[in-house]
Amino acid sequence: MSQPSNSKSMTIGESGLAVVFAVTAFLCVIAAAKALDGPFAFHAGLSALASLAAVFCIVNRYFDRPPELAPAEINGRPNYNMGPIKFSSFMAMFWGIAGFLVGLIIASQLAWPALNLDLQWTSFGRLRPLHTSAVIFAFGGNVLIASSFYVVQKSCRVRLAGDLAPWFVVIGYNFFILVAGTGYLLGVTQSKEYAEPEWYADLWLTIVWVAYLLVFLATIIKRKEPHIFVANWFYLAFIVTIAVLHLGNNPALPVSVFGSKSYVAWGGIQDAMFQWWYGHNAVGFFLTAGFLAIMYYFIPKRAERPIYSYRLSIIHFWALIFLYIWAGPHHLHYTALPDWTQTLGMTFSIMLWMPSWGGMINGLMTLSGAWDKLRTDPVLRMLVVSVAFYGMSTFEGPMMSIKVVNSLSHYTDWTIGHVHSGALGWVGFVSFGALYCMVPWAWNRKGLYSLKLVNWHFWIATLGIVLYISAMWVSGILQGLMWRAYTSLGFLEYSFIETVEAMHPFYIIRAAGGALFLIGSLIMAYNLWMTVRVGEAEVQMPVALQPAE
Amino acid sequence: MKAILTLDNLASGLVTTIWTPVFVAIFLAIIAYAFWPRNKAAFDEAAHLPLREE
Repeated sequence: MSQPSNSKSMTIGESGLAVVFAVTAFLCVIAAAKALDGPFAFHAGLSALASLAAVFCIVNRYFDRPPELAPAEINGRPNYNMGPIKFSSFMAMFWGIAGFLVGLIIASQLAWPALNLDLQWTSFGRLRPLHTSAVIFAFGGNVLIASSFYVVQKSCRVRLAGDLAPWFVVIGYNFFILVAGTGYLLGVTQSKEYAEPEWYADLWLTIVWVAYLLVFLATIIKRKEPHIFVANWFYLAFIVTIAVLHLGNNPALPVSVFGSKSYVAWGGIQDAMFQWWYGHNAVGFFLTAGFLAIMYYFIPKRAERPIYSYRLSIIHFWALIFLYIWAGPHHLHYTALPDWTQTLGMTFSIMLWMPSWGGMINGLMTLSGAWDKLRTDPVLRMLVVSVAFYGMSTFEGPMMSIKVVNSLSHYTDWTIGHVHSGALGWVGFVSFGALYCMVPWAWNRKGLYSLKLVNWHFWIATLGIVLYISAMWVSGILQGLMWRAYTSLGFLEYSFIETVEAMHPFYIIRAAGGALFLIGSLIMAYNLWMTVRVGEAEVQMPVALQPAE
Repeated sequence: MKAILTLDNLASGLVTTIWTPVFVAIFLAIIAYAFWPRNKAAFDEAAHLPLREE
């Protein structure tokens, strides 16, 4: 065991990964040279550069590190690995601001179309997937990866598995985001909503995601805490299901291995069903299960209260798992999808109401005996309001999945309002709350730089959400009613352009709401930055002091 | 459609239908597990897990 300290050699992971990236760099240069289209050449070049940078980083890190890898424990206490968490938290904030900003731009384009600048790269059709991917996968994804790596270590009381693997996951995932996002701007898309990235980006994500699963599983397997905490179940469901959805929805045959264009294997209504099986379970397992894990860990932690009912959390988990996977067809009401499938999707969507509200009640009631903290702790307030928004949007969703309601709401702004009450209110706020908790903990700070700024963020963002969703409700129902209005002679009462004109004021209100939400996130970024830069360090407990060497 | 009762049709019908009772049974077992009186102490302990870490 006790090797002389001057014998230092690369681990198999370090040398293996360095070689793999060196070969990848070489292959990417060839691909760039033989590329059939500009965007593919750009992405191949980008990948070659990234691979070379990865080789450099691995070798550089090896020369900088001590001969022994970081120990799993120091003085009998787990030596938690915070590096990848810090990186992902930073990226979450960066992509969050970028995504909210692009959202504001496209909201403004809808109100004032000239803002698309008449350029293909800034047209609505290309910026819209950039917005959705940036907020869901880049912002939300980084929050989920950071928080899952944090929670799994803390609740298993063990250091994160792997040495380079966690870094491969966080950096690899953000590289996927970069390829996907630049691809949208350049017009590279397979035109599947929320699954727009083309085949090569999909393949890369598959590799990264499997590594993510392995790191998470390996950490659970070597846990010191015998019980697997419920949050880890939700994270695991999120990771596994996203893998299955990604593989199910994206099998595609590229036209050429040197070009970006591919054709998806599924055709016709099967393709539509696969797409919304994927799409709705991205909502169910990315935007719900993952963030419920955050709820089950961060709310008890912040409120310093145990989970209201652990039994309910188990039933909540399994009910979600059993029901969510069937709800997708409600996206295809009144289409070529068979009627029975539509009705099945509607039925399961309505049944989902129960686990959703069970989970909401469990989250809210965790505050029993600590309700007064809502007055003094704006971070806890943000977390709790997020759960309230979760309850609200999971009431609205099943209602909208009912076919007669859907006949009014489908294809209107009501859907956009519904999505954003969930995305801004639930996913956004629970993510903000988690980051406000996690940044001081990961950087070992006593607390946040300013709770007052959190308060400002909370109220500005809440006002933004209210403006956004109320504008979309009114506009959506107005739109739906105008589309179905007939004159006494049986003609449509309104031309399409009249409905567009009617929505103009609501689009301006929506953009104003989005601007407030963006301003809130800028306040947050400043607050977190100052927390890391000037925050007072948490005093280490004596047991954690390292012995003099 | 499967108008004729053959072993083949019976088998494929069973394979496609069996999942409903199987899933329902699994779910009921999970509920029983969650509410089993002997598990109560362990679950109450687990509810405190985030609060007692180092």
